[in-house]
Amino acid sequence: MNQEELNNKLSEIEDKLIATEQTTDNRTFLLCEAENAYAINKFLLEDVRARFVIATCIDSDDCYEILYHFSYDEIGWVITVKAFIRDRENPAIQSITPFLPAAEWIEREMHDIMGINFKNHPNLRRLILADDWPDGVYPERKGVPK
Amino acid sequence: MSWKIWSLKKSPWVFHVNVGACNNCDIEIVNLLTPKFDVERFGIKLVGSPRHADALLVTGVGTRQAVPRLKEVYRQTPKPCAVFLIGACPCGTGIFHGGYHVEGPVDKIIREEDPNAIIAYVPGCPPKPEAIISGVVKALSAL
Amino acid sequence: MRKSVRKPVLAIGPFHPLQEEMEFYQLTVDGEIVTDIDVRISYNHRGIERISETLQFDQIPFLVSRICGICSASHPLAYVQAVEEIAGVKPPERALYVRTIINELERIHSHLLWVGLGGHFIGYDTVFMWAWKYREPVLDLLEEITGNRNNYGNVRIGGCREDVPDETIPKILNELDKIEKKTEMLTKAVLDDPIIHARLKGVGVLTKEAAIDYAVTGPTARGSGVAVDVRRDDPYAAYGDLDWSVITQTEGDVFAKAVVRLLEIFESIKMARQALKKLPNGPVAVEVKEIPPGEGCGRAEAPRGETFHYVRSDGGNRPIRHKARAPSYVNVPSFKASCIGQHIADVTLTLAAVDPCYSCTERLAVVDGRNNLIHDYEALLKLSREKTARIKKEIGAPELKLEDF
Repeated sequence: MNQEELNNKLSEIEDKLIATEQTTDNRTFLLCEAENAYAINKFLLEDVRARFVIATCIDSDDCYEILYHFSYDEIGWVITVKAFIRDRENPAIQSITPFLPAAEWIEREMHDIMGINFKNHPNLRRLILADDWPDGVYPERKGVPK
Repeated sequence: MSWKIWSLKKSPWVFHVNVGACNNCDIEIVNLLTPKFDVERFGIKLVGSPRHADALLVTGVGTRQAVPRLKEVYRQTPKPCAVFLIGACPCGTGIFHGGYHVEGPVDKIIREEDPNAIIAYVPGCPPKPEAIISGVVKALSAL
Repeated sequence: MRKSVRKPVLAIGPFHPLQEEMEFYQLTVDGEIVTDIDVRISYNHRGIERISETLQFDQIPFLVSRICGICSASHPLAYVQAVEEIAGVKPPERALYVRTIINELERIHSHLLWVGLGGHFIGYDTVFMWAWKYREPVLDLLEEITGNRNNYGNVRIGGCREDVPDETIPKILNELDKIEKKTEMLTKAVLDDPIIHARLKGVGVLTKEAAIDYAVTGPTARGSGVAVDVRRDDPYAAYGDLDWSVITQTEGDVFAKAVVRLLEIFESIKMARQALKKLPNGPVAVEVKEIPPGEGCGRAEAPRGETFHYVRSDGGNRPIRHKARAPSYVNVPSFKASCIGQHIADVTLTLAAVDPCYSCTERLAVVDGRNNLIHDYEALLKLSREKTARIKKEIGAPELKLEDF
């Protein structure tokens, strides 16, 4: 698919998005609420056939953001799904590992460092923090001492 | 000088421990075996178990997960043994200073286990193989 | 004083990570076939992303080049590209070429390192010594250009910190010629050797479907027929101006990955030559005073695959979030797909084919569920070499011949 075809394809999920931002020639950000992220990620993987790169978690003041970065290699496009988790008390989002084995580690890592609960993750155990790291301390959250 | 120290100086067998390194120093250590530096001509040999070692080559900052392992390896190494801290990371945590998962510097960790440990420092990021050889030989001749 | 003699003990007990060595990878086997794998990657976790938030934008390239010693040109390059995207900065032409030259030189010595390690795992220590001997001229070149054999510290936001002096170009070209000759000889010897064929072919196969499921990149992907290469797909630095090919194979086994890496060395030499000959005049950096609010994604093709950095800025002088993804992060989990069903003698080789950081392969242990026997890294290495010796005997082929050591 070329750029125009890709944009047309992405418009198929417009109803699930809050907004679309294009920062440069080949960087697109799709903003959505956490509930819709699962369907959008599935669409990007299976319909658009983009490649999953990695996910980033950010502690913004009023919400948590999970960014899923995908690469559409044919035209060197990076499509990032920015999912907003509004519930700060019990942040949770549907895991995408069941249909994307590549996401297993990064979801475990985000669980370790940010305390996000990934529902239906097949193996949500500690990955990168030490065995004796205290529970409930999430180093990537704001306010946690560096 | 006891015969144990003498044999350590003559032909030190070293065990390499990585406690959270970026691998640069680890690769420079393995480089010591290759034809350009050929450290075996000094009798220095890399062994596969701390139980056979006279000296430890430690790289890395000392992450929280790796610290118990390091102490265990030190306990298993027959004494007397020398500990060489290779690189800026074990000498003083290097650029990772203040990280939440960093428990180093490594000399503090070793001294918790054994206050009389023999520790030598080879700083650099990474130290060149010539520097590592020079550091090891210098430290051994000072023993 | 008599020291008590300690008898060596083969750890037997509940199958648990060994009391003495806390392992990265724990494989479960049934007899001699791997049935499952568990991974723990806490040992190298230094909390780099968090440390990054305490540093200023221009200090971070020095931090990220130490994420992994052998991809130390790619991480800073991907990071500065992300920041340049936020600031809308385009480095000068000469800087793009210098970046390309440094990155390709790194690829050459990284792939030679891998060839050496591969040889070591199957018991061909001559290949190991030889390949690492011929890495040295490349490291010397890098030291001459940048001041360090590794951790070059060469990129900055807006360009490069150091230039490649025009006087050194003939010397670099000369060295590249020599390295090319030696690599040709090594490639021919390795790829024609019947024992290496028998030892590496069909081992550790990663199918194309698994390669896509695990979203692998780099030679791990290209060896399985998945033709992804950031240098071609999303050209950065000077790659868009050079004439080169993406190398792929389809079988997905260790042999295919070895072929990809060996042939890539030649492509890298070709690219470095072109970049040196076409090096444009001009400055190697532009001044960048401030980073405005925004977010950017930068990526580079490290020797192991795609390195991806995401940076978010709020207009201050530190990033508010920096995500760094090394290629091994997606390549290593694919080990699960390529090692289940394999014989334990092939396990070190299969993991090495993914080319993780060297220290990762030291932390391999195998637990036998039935009789609680535990093989450590040394034992697995021995098994791998014994298999090579068996194959050698069966085939009756002569020893690998390397000329002009």
